[in-house]
Amino acid sequence: MRSRSSPRPYRGASPHALLAVPGVLFFVFFAVAPMVLAVYLSFTTWNGLGDPKPVGLANWDKLLHDSRLTQSLTVTVLLTVTSWAFQTVVSLLLGVWAAGRQRNRAILSAIFFVPFLLSSTAIALLFYALLDPNFGIIHQDTLGSTSGAFLAIVFVGGWQFIPFHTLIYQGGARQIPEVLYQAAAIDGAGRYRQFFSITLPQLRNTATTSSVLMIVGSLTYFETVLILTQGGPGTDTAILPYLMYEAGFKSYDFGYASAIATFLVVIATALSLVLVRLTGFGAMRSTREGM
Amino acid sequence: MEPNTSNGGRTFSRRWVLGAGATTLLTTGLTACGSSDSTGDSGTVTAFTYGDDAAKVQVKAVTRFNASAAAKKAKGKIKLEKVPGTDYPAKLRTAMGSPNAPDVFFNWGGGSIKAYQEANQLVDLTDTIKSDPVLKDGFLPSVLAAGALKGKNYGIPMRGMQPVILFYNKTVFAAHKLQPPTTWAELLDLNKKLKAADITPFALGGADIWPELMWLEYLVDRIGGPGVFDKIKNGDASGWGDPAVLKAAETVKQLIDDGAFGKGFSSVSYVNGGAPAVFAKGKAAMHLMGSWEYSTQLGKFPDFAKNNLGWCAFPKYEGGAGDIRNVVGNPTNYWSVNARTGNKDAAIAFLRDCASEAYAKDLVANGDIPTTSNAEKLLDSAPNPEFAKFQYQLVQQAPAFTLSWDQAVDPDVSTPMLTEINKLFVGKSSPAQFVSALKGLK
Repeated sequence: MRSRSSPRPYRGASPHALLAVPGVLFFVFFAVAPMVLAVYLSFTTWNGLGDPKPVGLANWDKLLHDSRLTQSLTVTVLLTVTSWAFQTVVSLLLGVWAAGRQRNRAILSAIFFVPFLLSSTAIALLFYALLDPNFGIIHQDTLGSTSGAFLAIVFVGGWQFIPFHTLIYQGGARQIPEVLYQAAAIDGAGRYRQFFSITLPQLRNTATTSSVLMIVGSLTYFETVLILTQGGPGTDTAILPYLMYEAGFKSYDFGYASAIATFLVVIATALSLVLVRLTGFGAMRSTREGM
Repeated sequence: MEPNTSNGGRTFSRRWVLGAGATTLLTTGLTACGSSDSTGDSGTVTAFTYGDDAAKVQVKAVTRFNASAAAKKAKGKIKLEKVPGTDYPAKLRTAMGSPNAPDVFFNWGGGSIKAYQEANQLVDLTDTIKSDPVLKDGFLPSVLAAGALKGKNYGIPMRGMQPVILFYNKTVFAAHKLQPPTTWAELLDLNKKLKAADITPFALGGADIWPELMWLEYLVDRIGGPGVFDKIKNGDASGWGDPAVLKAAETVKQLIDDGAFGKGFSSVSYVNGGAPAVFAKGKAAMHLMGSWEYSTQLGKFPDFAKNNLGWCAFPKYEGGAGDIRNVVGNPTNYWSVNARTGNKDAAIAFLRDCASEAYAKDLVANGDIPTTSNAEKLLDSAPNPEFAKFQYQLVQQAPAFTLSWDQAVDPDVSTPMLTEINKLFVGKSSPAQFVSALKGLK
C-alpha cells in the first residue's frame, strides 16, 4: 500500500475540472433540483394544475397528525429490520460458501445470481402469479392476510437482492488470507470455530457495506409493494414510499406527497450517517492492518 | 432562455421551473409529454386517448375527420396521442399543468375532470350541445347527463357503455338446476345451494379493490336508491351516514362471513386474469363485473364466452328503494375540450363525429355498445348480438345510471375510499367503522 505522503508522479496530467461538468449538471438537475423543489412544494398545496399555493406548515402539521404515518413508519421499520436479518444471514452463508473451491460452485453461483438480473417489476409480477390462491403454488390467501403479505414482500425482496449481497460477501471472503485458516487449522480449530473466529470478524467491513445498502434500499422499496399488495390488506403494508406515491399520483396532493418525500430523505440521510458512525465505516480501516 | 435574462435576472419562468419539477418527479415513462406545442399555432388539435385496443376506433375517427370537409372548414387537423393505460390519469394531470396540454382529452366524466373544471381548464359544452341537433339528439340522455358536472356538460360520449352486470356460468347453473336471481332472497338461496355443492358462489378479484366496490355500488342503489350516492358525489360527505350505506356494508359483511366469495378472494386479481379464470372454470358460479367481462372471457376462454356465459341484472333488494332497472358502472368515456385550445371550432367539429353512424359502426365492430341513439339498429352486426342488445336495453331503460364511485368523486376522496372498502372486505373494519371512516372523508 502506497503511503499518503508519497509524491504524485503525474501531477501535471490530472484531469481537467471541466470533465466533471456533465456529471455535476446531471446530479444537480436530477437529484438536487427535484429535492429542493420537493422541499418547496411541501409548504404548498398543489393538485398539479395551475400554480402551487403556499400553505405554510399545513402539510407538515398533517404529516405529524396522520395516523397512517405512524403505522407506515412502523411497517417500514419492521420491513427494514426483517429484510436485513433475512438477507444478511442468507447472503453471508451463501457468499462464504461461494468463495470456496467446491465442485459445481461456479455453476451454482451463476444460477443464484440470476434473480438480480431481472427487473423488480417482473419479479413482483411473477410472484403475484405464483401466490394466486386458485392457480398459484400455495393455495392460501397469502396476500390477503397481514402477516402473509408482509412475509411475501420480505421474501420477494430477499429473492431479488440476496444474489447481489452474496456477491459482496463472496468478494469479502475471498480477500481473507489463506494463512489465517492454515494457522488456525494447525492450532486445531474446526470449521465452525474458523468461521466464527476468522471469517466473521474479517468480514466486518463487508457486512457494513452490505447493511447500509440494504437498509437505505429498504427505505425506498416500492415496486414490489405496489404490485404485490398495493399497501394492503387495508393499509397494513403501506410503507412510506407507497404512502408518498398514493398521496401524489393517486390523490394528486403533491404538497403532502412532497412533505412525505422530504421526511423520507431526512430519515434516510440520518440513518446512513448513524450507521456509518456507529460501525466505524467512515474511517475505512483496513481489516488487514497488523498482518 | 436567452430572451428572459434581461428580465431582472428572472432566467426561468415559474411555470417552467414547476413544469421541470413535475416532470422530474414523475418517472421517465411519463415524461414523454406532447411532442408538439398544440395550443395556439397552426390550428392542429392534439387529442389524448387511453391507449388500449379500443383506441383503434379513435384512430379511424381521426383519419376520417382529417380528410373531411368539416376539418377544412374549421381549418384544423387532429393529432391523436395514444397514452398507455395504467398511467393515463397521472400523465394527463402532468400534461394539463404544462404548456404541452392536449386540446381534447379522454376521461371518465365526474370526479375525473372536476379538478380541471375548478381550474377553469374545460370548455363548457352545454350551449354547444343544446344548439347542435347532432350532439343534442345523438346520445342517450342518461349517458350525456352522467358526463356532466353540476348540470353543465363538459363531455361528449366517445366509447362503449360499461354497465356492471351479474354474469353466471350456465353450465354450473344447469348442473345444479338453478335459476339466475331476481331478488336478494333468491341470491341468498343460491348462495346456500352452491356452497352445499362445494362451489364458490361468486368470483371476486378483491386484490384490485374496484371489483369489491361494485358490490357496494349496487347494494347502496338497491337499498337506498340512486339519491344516496348522488348526495355524496356532490360533495356532501354526510351522505355516507345514510342508513342505506350501513345496511349495504352489513349485507356485504354477511356475504363475506358466509363464504360467498370463497376464502382467498383478497389475493385474487381481476386484472391478471385470476377471477375470470375461477369463473370460467366453474370454480365460482357467478361474477359481478363490468360488461368488459364478455370480451375478457372471449379472449381467455372463447368456448366459455360463446356457449356458457349467462348474464342478468343485479337483483332487487326486498324493501329497498332502488329500481331493479337502475344501473351502475361507467356510462362510457368522454372527450372534454381544454379551455386553452387554439382551435375550438376544429375540436368541436371533431367531437360531432362521435355521434355519427360511421363512428358507432366502428365501436360495434370492436365489440363495444355505442351510447348513440342510433346504436340499436347496428347491434345485429355485433360479435354477440344477444349480449349487445341486452346491454343496450339495460342502459337505455335505466332510470338512473350511477357512475362508478371511484370515478365520480375527487381523486383525493376516491383513494382513501377504496382503502376503506378494502378494510371492510378483509375484515379490518366493521360496517359501523366503515361508515364513520367514510363520513370523515372530505
